[in-house]
Amino acid sequence: MNEIIKVEDLKRDFVVGEETVHALRDLSFTIAEGEFVTIMGTSGSGKSTLLNILGCLDIPTGGEYYLDGVPVRKMGKNDRALLRNRKIGFVFQSYNLLPKTTALENVELPLLYNKTVNAAQRKEKSQKALESVGLADRVNHRSNQMSGGQQQRVAIARALVNDPVIILADEATGNLDTRTSFEILTLFQDFHAQGRTILFVTHNHEIARYGSRNIVLRDGRVIEDTRNKNIASAKDTLASLPAEEEE
Amino acid sequence: MLGIIIGVASVIAMLAIGAGSKQSIHEEIGQMGSNMIMIQPGNGRFGGVRQSASSMQTLKMTDYESLVRETNYLSKITPSVTSSGQAIKGSNNSPTTIYGVNEQYIDIRGYSVGRGSMFTNQDIRKAAKVCIVGQTVVDNLFPAGEDPLGKTIRFGKIPLKIVGILEAKGYNSMGMDQDDMILAPYTTVQKRILAITYLQGITAAALSEEYTDQAIEEITEILQRNHGIKIGQENDFNVRSQQEMMETMSSVMDMMTILLGCIAGISLVVGGIGIMNIMYVSVTERTREIGLRMSIGAMGRHILMQFLIEAVIISITGGLIGVLAGVGASGLIKLIAGWPVSIQAYSIVLSFVVCTVTGIFFGWYPAKKASELNPIDAIRYE
Repeated sequence: MNEIIKVEDLKRDFVVGEETVHALRDLSFTIAEGEFVTIMGTSGSGKSTLLNILGCLDIPTGGEYYLDGVPVRKMGKNDRALLRNRKIGFVFQSYNLLPKTTALENVELPLLYNKTVNAAQRKEKSQKALESVGLADRVNHRSNQMSGGQQQRVAIARALVNDPVIILADEATGNLDTRTSFEILTLFQDFHAQGRTILFVTHNHEIARYGSRNIVLRDGRVIEDTRNKNIASAKDTLASLPAEEEE
Repeated sequence: MLGIIIGVASVIAMLAIGAGSKQSIHEEIGQMGSNMIMIQPGNGRFGGVRQSASSMQTLKMTDYESLVRETNYLSKITPSVTSSGQAIKGSNNSPTTIYGVNEQYIDIRGYSVGRGSMFTNQDIRKAAKVCIVGQTVVDNLFPAGEDPLGKTIRFGKIPLKIVGILEAKGYNSMGMDQDDMILAPYTTVQKRILAITYLQGITAAALSEEYTDQAIEEITEILQRNHGIKIGQENDFNVRSQQEMMETMSSVMDMMTILLGCIAGISLVVGGIGIMNIMYVSVTERTREIGLRMSIGAMGRHILMQFLIEAVIISITGGLIGVLAGVGASGLIKLIAGWPVSIQAYSIVLSFVVCTVTGIFFGWYPAKKASELNPIDAIRYE
C-alpha cells in the first residue's frame, strides 16, 4: 500500500502575544492509500491546524510532512499551490461555492488553474464529476438556487475533478440535517469503495462508525488511533438514494 | 466608475474646447493673411536716447524699392503710412484711421473691394486725392443710406474722393473693427496728410506660408545691407510675420488647454482613487472566494491578475461611457454656448490609455493585497 500521508514529529506553534501556543505536539502517523480516516477531537485539540497543514495551506513549525512522498515543509508558496491543485481535494463545512455561478463553473474552477487541461477536457471532466455526485440534472443551476446538500455535492465534485490523491473534508456534514448528512456520507463511502483516500475531520462521534480508521486528537497529540473492522453502511442507515456512478 | 466617467468626459470636452478656440483663432489670423510679413522701424537711439519705434525714420522708400527689386520669396509688397484723424462728410464725422498703401495692400490683408474699384498706380504716382472706405466709415458718414461712391469726404483738411468700398469683414479675434478704416495711396498720405518722406512700415506677403521664414531672412539681409548694419549690431528695424503672432496666440491657447486638461486630469485621478476603493471593498467582500481559489490551487499571481483585470474592465467601461459623455458634452457646449469646439482624436485615445493605466495603477494595490492574503485566514473569514 502506498503511503499517501506521512507525518513525523509534526509541531505547530502559534505565538499569541508573549505566549506560545503549541497547537500540535510531535504528531506522527501515516495514512495509506484507500483509507477513510476520521479525525476527531474537541475544539482546541488541534484538528483544524492539522487539516491546514495536511492541506498544504499551512507549514509546520517542526517535523516533516510527506504528501504522496513529497516533503512539503520546505516548499515555496507557488509549489504548494500547485500541490493543492493537483493532489488535494477540499470539501468545506460551508461549501464555499462562488455565488451566482453555475454548478458546472464551480466544478471547473480547479481546472482553470491547471494549464495542462484544455477547455473541452475541462468541461467533460467537470460534467463527469457532477454525474458522480448525482447532480447530472443540476449542471446549469446556480449555487444560490440549490439546497445545502446539493451545494455540498457540487463542492465534492469540485474536490474530485482534479483526481486528487486525497480528499480532505472539514466538517463536511456540519451544516446539513441528519438525512442529508447521511446522503453525503454515502457518497464518501462510495468513493472510499472505489479506492479513494479520504480524511474526514469532524467532532461528530457517530461518523467514526462509517470510516475505516479513527484518529482522536487532544491538546495536539494523538490519544487514540483505532482501525474500524466493522464499517457501518451509510446507505443502509439512510436506506435510500442509490447513487449510480462509474469512473 | 462615475469618477472615471466624469474625468474622461471632462478631459475630452476641455481639450475639444481648447482645440476649437485655437482653430478659430488660426482661421481668423489666416483670414488676415497668414503669409503676411510686417516690417517696422525698430528701436534706435538718437545721441544715446532710445527712441520709440514709431518715431524712428529709418525705413525709406529706397528700402521698399530695393525689396521690390531683389526679393524672391515675396509675392506682394506695399509701403505703409498711417494717420489717425477725423473723417468728415457734411454734418457727420467719425474718428478713424487712414492707411497709406499701394494697390497690393488689399490682397496682402485679405480685403476685397466690394463696389467701385481699387485706386491705381496712376493715382499713387500723382498722389491723387482718392480713397477706399470701410463699411463702418460708410455707416458713420452716410447714415441716411445714400450711395457713397463718387462722393468726396474730408480726412482732416484733405478732401478725398471715394472710389471704392471695402467688403465688410467684421471684428477680428482681438475685438478690432476691421471695417473702420480708409485706404488711400501712400503718396497721398505721406505728402498731403503727414508731410513726411520716410515710411512707417512695409507690409508684404510671402509666396505662401511655408516661405515666410525664408522671406524674413531675405528681407533682413537686404535691409541690413541698405542700412549699413554690421554683424553683431542691433537692427534698426523689426521684421515680424503673422505666423509669429499666430504662434504666440497658439501658445497662449495651448497653455489654456493644458490648464483645462490638468483640471480634468485631476478628476480622472480622483476617479482612479474611486476605483481603488471599489476594488478594496470587492477584495474584502470576496475574501472567502480568494481563500477558496487559493485552497484549490490558485497562486498569488492568479488572484492578482483576476482583480487587476476587473479593475481595468471597470475603468475602461467608465472610459467608454466617459468618451460618449465627453463627445455629447462638447456637442452641447457648441449648441448652447456657441463656442467653437473641435473634438480631438488624440484626446479620446489619450483618455483611453489613461483609463487603462488608472485601472492598473489603482487596481494594483488592492489586487496585490488580495494575492498576499493567507489562504487559511481568507477561507475562514466571516
